Amino acid sequence: MSARRVLLLPTILAFGFAFLYLPILSMIVFSFNASRLVTVWDAAHSPTLKWYGELFHNQQIIDAAVLSLKIAAMNATGATILGTMAGFALVRFGRFRGRALLAALTTAPLVLPEIITGLSLLLLFVAMEQLLGWPSSRGVTTITLAHISFSLSYVAVIVQSRLIGFDQSLEEAALDLGARPAKVFARITLPLIAPALLSGWLLSFTLSWDDVVISQFVAGPGASTLPMVIFSKVRLGVSPDVNALATLMVSIVAVGAVSAALLLQRRERRRERDLRLALADPGGG
Amino acid sequence: MANDPPAGAQAYVQIENVSKRFGDFIAVSNVSLTVERGEIFCLLGASGCGKTTLLRLLAGFETPSAGRLLIDGQDLADVPPYRRPVNMMFQSYALFPHMSVERNVAFGLEQEHLPAREIARRVGEILEIVRMTPYLARKPHQLSGGQRQRVALARALVKRPKLLLLDEPLGALDRKLREHTQFELINIQQQLGVTFIVVTHDQEEAMTLATRIGVMNHGEIVQVGTPRQIYEFPATRFVADFIGSVNLFEGRLVEDEPDYVRIQCADLPASVLVDHGISAPPDAALWVAVRPEKIGLTREQPAPADNWAHGVVREVAYLGELSVFLVRLDSGREVRATLANSSRKPEERFVRDTPVYLSWDASSPVVGSG
Repeated sequence: MSARRVLLLPTILAFGFAFLYLPILSMIVFSFNASRLVTVWDAAHSPTLKWYGELFHNQQIIDAAVLSLKIAAMNATGATILGTMAGFALVRFGRFRGRALLAALTTAPLVLPEIITGLSLLLLFVAMEQLLGWPSSRGVTTITLAHISFSLSYVAVIVQSRLIGFDQSLEEAALDLGARPAKVFARITLPLIAPALLSGWLLSFTLSWDDVVISQFVAGPGASTLPMVIFSKVRLGVSPDVNALATLMVSIVAVGAVSAALLLQRRERRRERDLRLALADPGGG
Repeated sequence: MANDPPAGAQAYVQIENVSKRFGDFIAVSNVSLTVERGEIFCLLGASGCGKTTLLRLLAGFETPSAGRLLIDGQDLADVPPYRRPVNMMFQSYALFPHMSVERNVAFGLEQEHLPAREIARRVGEILEIVRMTPYLARKPHQLSGGQRQRVALARALVKRPKLLLLDEPLGALDRKLREHTQFELINIQQQLGVTFIVVTHDQEEAMTLATRIGVMNHGEIVQVGTPRQIYEFPATRFVADFIGSVNLFEGRLVEDEPDYVRIQCADLPASVLVDHGISAPPDAALWVAVRPEKIGLTREQPAPADNWAHGVVREVAYLGELSVFLVRLDSGREVRATLANSSRKPEERFVRDTPVYLSWDASSPVVGSG
């Protein structure tokens, strides 16, 4: 390998990482800045945790965070249930009438511009309010419904891919051993697709947790999610406590992602060890 | 049919004119079969011949398009898989990956709502029989292929089914383990007295395991018989060709007597004499099958006027206990012959390019018109 190529790879790598993470890094650094001006580093009083402290005394932000968590959890649960049903219909029901249409419609929200989704949902909710009197006002309910409508596509895709790789003879074996179909689902199918459901749930949770555009359309007075609050604060000028808030959100996501990766790695390693054990076993014949 | 079970008693498993269509494709075509209690019946055929579909019909995963299935006199028509007195051992074993060996085996008994102590006792018993007791706490992915196979067998047997269906039970095992497991399977079957129906594409496996074999082709049962009947007296050209290797010649009937027939084949210099009569019109087109191990090789022309041919050894494959010779006849046709390597003397060996005479006994050829 030439000396030039030896240098090239680390350079590309450094550039790539910088491109991805420099903005976040600068945000984290500036969250410890003592100055009220976001772009001016106050060397005399920094680093400081003062903005973090202020955050926890800001009732508006705490309310918004609680609301966001609530919506994200409800959305994740609803989307997981509906998305799983859609995934099952697409994989298991064979070639029923309208299958292609259902397949296209469940995946469409993945590529549909958020603006369009938001706008059309708003129009739907307004029309429903006039015709049915429900939902009576826009707020938590409408935001949750809107989030479910696009998150369920992601869950459907995840569940679908898990079901395609699912060995159906496992279910047949359970039936054969005397378990009724409902029991087969509860004892065999559900535990085996649980990882897919969990990742679908987590993905829906994060999708809802950071959604601004669609929430903006279908939210009503008094129901502002955390990203909406941040967005409106930034419009008045970036204040340092937004940096602190964003840093907290990034840390939570990072801790979650890293621990999930570690968990997976450990499980994989244990599996490999078990396999070695089984193959090395002299009584294994 | 000559191989029907003794008349009188009703057969244990009855398959009556069963067909299964998937759209335009006919997977199983008008199959009728009976299996006796305690038998190991093998369905043998190439992949796609409908043998697995027949098994799935018995298990209840498919419903027949026509015909009836009965076990011990009970019609299975409206019985869902979870109520059939039948258990199945899957080709992939289908062990539940999230349960231990013990829980896998106990699953079936739990569905019967037996008391916990009874379940534990029967699980312990069956694991003892398949010699898996030391591994009861392991998960399926912690087991080797042979161990998984035994757990799958235990899980299916613990329910004490009237009929056990085995789909390619040894297909996933390597050769050495397979031979060992075959005999173990027969052992366990005899110990428990359960009736087995085994699906396999491996004729050696079918020959070892089966009390009777049903050969399937294109969704139909072509022949039913003991392994010996199937091998020595194949009913059709397909069976002759499918089971073992065989030399097939086309010929015409020239002499037809009650106790022998004489057939003239274009590829052979002498006529073929068969020591039993057949019912065929004079001058009928027939096929004659001679198994490679029933052909003898000599340097001198054999004395009888019939049942010989002349050629040159083209290839010799030394397989240890026997050698396979590929002989090109004077007509250009290639014929396979196997000889036991009973002598070590080099001068008795037939090497490449040796001119040889081939001969066989009048009792060896199988004749048919199908």
